[in-house]
Amino acid sequence: MEYDIIISSMTKKFGDLTAVDRLSIKVKKGTIFGLVGPDGAGKTTTMRMLCSLLTPDSGTAIIGDHDILKESEEIKKDIGYMPQRFSLYGDLTVLENLEFYAEIYQVPRKVRKEKIEHLLEFSNLSKHSYKLADQLSGGMKQKLALSCNLIHTPKYLLLDEPTIGVDPVARREFWRILFELKDLGTTIFVSTPYMDEAERCDEVGLMSEGKIVKSDTPSNIINNFEKPLLCVYSEDNHKAKNMAQEEEYVFDAYLLGEELHVVADDKDYAINNLMEKFKTNNITVDSIKEVSPSLEDVFVYIIKNEKRR
Amino acid sequence: MNFKRVLSIIRKEFFQIKRDKRTIAIIIMMPIMELLLFGYAASTSVDHIPTVVYNNDIGIESRELLDSFVNSQYFDLDYYAESIKDVQKFIDNGDAKAGIIIPPEFSDDIKNGKMAQIQLIVDGSDPTTAQTILSSAGGVVQSMSVDIIQETRGMSMPQVLDLRSRVWYNPNMSSINFNIPGLIGVILQTVTLMLTSFSIVRERERGTMEQLIVTPITKMELMVGKIVPYVIIGFVDIVLALALSVFWFKVPIAGSITLLLLFSVIFLFGSLGVGLVISTVSKSQLQAMQLSMFMIMPNILLSGYMFPIEAMPDIINKISTVLPLTYFIKVLRGIILKGNGFSQLYQEFIILTAFGLGFLLLATIKFKKKIE
Amino acid sequence: MEYAIEIDNLTKKFGKFVAVNNVSFKIKKGDVFGFLGPNGSGKTTVIRMIMGLITPTSGTGKVLGYDVTTESEKIRSHIGYMSQKFSLYDDLTVDENLDFYAGVYKVPKNKINEKKKEILEMADLVGRENMITSNLSGGWKQRLALGCSIIHEPEILLLDEPTGGVDPIARRQFWDIIYELSKKGVTILVTTHYMDEAEHCNSIGFLYYGNILSLDTPNIMKGKIIDGDIVEIKVNDTLKSIELLKAKNGVGDASVYGSGIHAMTEHNTDLEELKGYLTENNIQVTNIKMVRPSLEDVFVFLVEKENKK
Repeated sequence: MEYDIIISSMTKKFGDLTAVDRLSIKVKKGTIFGLVGPDGAGKTTTMRMLCSLLTPDSGTAIIGDHDILKESEEIKKDIGYMPQRFSLYGDLTVLENLEFYAEIYQVPRKVRKEKIEHLLEFSNLSKHSYKLADQLSGGMKQKLALSCNLIHTPKYLLLDEPTIGVDPVARREFWRILFELKDLGTTIFVSTPYMDEAERCDEVGLMSEGKIVKSDTPSNIINNFEKPLLCVYSEDNHKAKNMAQEEEYVFDAYLLGEELHVVADDKDYAINNLMEKFKTNNITVDSIKEVSPSLEDVFVYIIKNEKRR
Repeated sequence: MNFKRVLSIIRKEFFQIKRDKRTIAIIIMMPIMELLLFGYAASTSVDHIPTVVYNNDIGIESRELLDSFVNSQYFDLDYYAESIKDVQKFIDNGDAKAGIIIPPEFSDDIKNGKMAQIQLIVDGSDPTTAQTILSSAGGVVQSMSVDIIQETRGMSMPQVLDLRSRVWYNPNMSSINFNIPGLIGVILQTVTLMLTSFSIVRERERGTMEQLIVTPITKMELMVGKIVPYVIIGFVDIVLALALSVFWFKVPIAGSITLLLLFSVIFLFGSLGVGLVISTVSKSQLQAMQLSMFMIMPNILLSGYMFPIEAMPDIINKISTVLPLTYFIKVLRGIILKGNGFSQLYQEFIILTAFGLGFLLLATIKFKKKIE
Repeated sequence: MEYAIEIDNLTKKFGKFVAVNNVSFKIKKGDVFGFLGPNGSGKTTVIRMIMGLITPTSGTGKVLGYDVTTESEKIRSHIGYMSQKFSLYDDLTVDENLDFYAGVYKVPKNKINEKKKEILEMADLVGRENMITSNLSGGWKQRLALGCSIIHEPEILLLDEPTGGVDPIARRQFWDIIYELSKKGVTILVTTHYMDEAEHCNSIGFLYYGNILSLDTPNIMKGKIIDGDIVEIKVNDTLKSIELLKAKNGVGDASVYGSGIHAMTEHNTDLEELKGYLTENNIQVTNIKMVRPSLEDVFVFLVEKENKK
């Protein structure tokens, strides 16, 4: 199997704080790798080191055939990088932003116009091409930022929390574009705080305090979840949650949307005891059953486990 | 260096300037406003000085003397005092800046060919004004003395000679002619420094720099692309300032305008280079603002615009030799006032060119394609 | 029933731009009301009008019986406000920040210490009193900001995107606090773009470009708004399947959801028939089932209906 991005033992410190700690990741060619983790886990620092915006204290990474330490300028021709914050010129129009980056990347004049038109269509921005970037909605801004990063047809896309603050409709649209790019052979390295997005990646790395605590395909991660997970629907989930948390056989209990999730050691023992407890406390339970965990369940479990150590 | 990439940066800067009303205001309004404000305010010619008169003389000569004070335009005889104390009161209150006291024997002394005395009291709290009052009064008395000499045909009066040194000071010479060239230099420096000192740090603050520096653009391309638009703007400003000084302030340009413009462009590169260095090392727009203020102050005070360099203590004098503005003001005054040609200014040409290249290079070296 | 906040036909225009268009809603005392919508949909503008920071172009609003346009000073002393950019002093310690806000809100001297202790416990900040705020991680900072905004025991709490940029565990901890406050009788208005958070609210309003698309309890919304079924499908080729599904009769819409697809279909869809249709087109279907619509489904449905207008 061929790897497009190989991060080997990369470390970055800011003063006393180790933001990224001997990080190693391999991303296969033409796949989407999702970097997930809490705030401050070191996702942005990792991204920035990959695009040579920061220099690692030790370790390195190879993108394509190029080493980020020695050939950072070579790499820049082949990557597209979308920072977390909107980084295009708000006082230029959609078209002007695209033309600007086309010139910076020296896209040949012959294909430039065609390329821009294609991207505008691709991202549904044709109608808005004369608007100032500042006047676009959050979702459209993200699509414009992505389009500017596609103008030179990069082989590798690095996206730092690209869909944060964007509404669900726009997020879905954005991911549709990412899938299309993947089909065209682009290797995508994306960080996200949304667990449902992480599930769409070919492989995810759970990052916590500068380290990868788990890295695998989403389905493997979910299937390897070691404990039974119970899903409770009750008339007062909040009260039920507080109650469940007090039980010693309950590892964790938390609300996820409208569901109460309980992680326990033994499924039947937990169900029986919980039902009894709810009954004595006058909480009507609509249903209690074992469910397969979502990535978010696994994520929370792993991070909490990590912290307990 | 890829010229097309530089061009795309230049075009982008112009798009942004075009849409930013405040920047346009700085470009157009600041030179006009500053030139008008400082052109008048910084003028050291003082006229229509409120004056109090205490005349003890009843002769025609004293009235002739007062008339010539009024005719000089420098003095307005607003107050007439009844006693010495009265005079003191008007000056103490600040109503009058000067007092003229004529003794009772004034007319008689002139008639008798004796040295006639008048007393001039000057409010010395503002030395510049006081200096003007002294010299203007000297001038008035001097010319009256000459009249008297002519009338009395050769009966010399030592007092006339005594005043001669003050006549040399030439109170009629308009200080505007001297001030405006320096002012043009100061304005050009302020405008360009302010605009460029923001140009890099603003992109950092807005986050647009992060996107730009992950592209293959080189540092030199970025720096040149950032500086050229402001050279053009600075050029527009200098043409504007020159037009204003020639047509509004009626300052004649003795030398070659082409040479003046050539020097301006060279100076602009240096001044903009300083701005770029500031912008590169600053962490925020606020810091850039403070740093440019820190740069502008010594330039205004020590470049010879306000105080003659020759009068400065040695150390300060040395500082002034590292300020590009010092040389540019010399050039401006040389060309506008004295009509100097290139042969007299080649030294300044070399120094200003060195400044320009030096700062541009420094900015390029200081700029890192990193976000640390 | 007594209402803490009553908003009636509130409109705000900035020049020609209508930021908020005829918005009306009521919030019962002690309820948690969620405002959902993408960035730029007008959520912040509504909150600012409630606080009297912006004068409405037309319409009226009452907060605890006080008029929002004429009695904003009175309103402000009863309100706690926390914005998306936590207004903490980064260079002060946790303790100093609390002291500062206690001073601003004129908390009586004899109560300050007791109040501070209570907040530190609630926010899980005990032992971090002397830390400089900038050294706190996202979740702690967020809880400190919340603590500062409730130090004067406000009757109403306005939270503007309080959980932006905070990881899932910290978000949950935050919502636990919100619940406790609501139980104590504090009325809470919270804006968010996380759909799962909206499930925790007693009632929610969907705001989209200044218009309220829907206003109800989460359960009613999920039950009544979507006219049809939601089918969750997991396949090997998501993109192709979406195209296929969209082309099929009886399927209203299909889009990426988590790692699978959510298809909006007519009532009583034959799942076997749908599966067969995909299989015929060389798609491997690993899982197909009917699911309850999530709030995200509802939102997407409403937005698409709105966009079609």
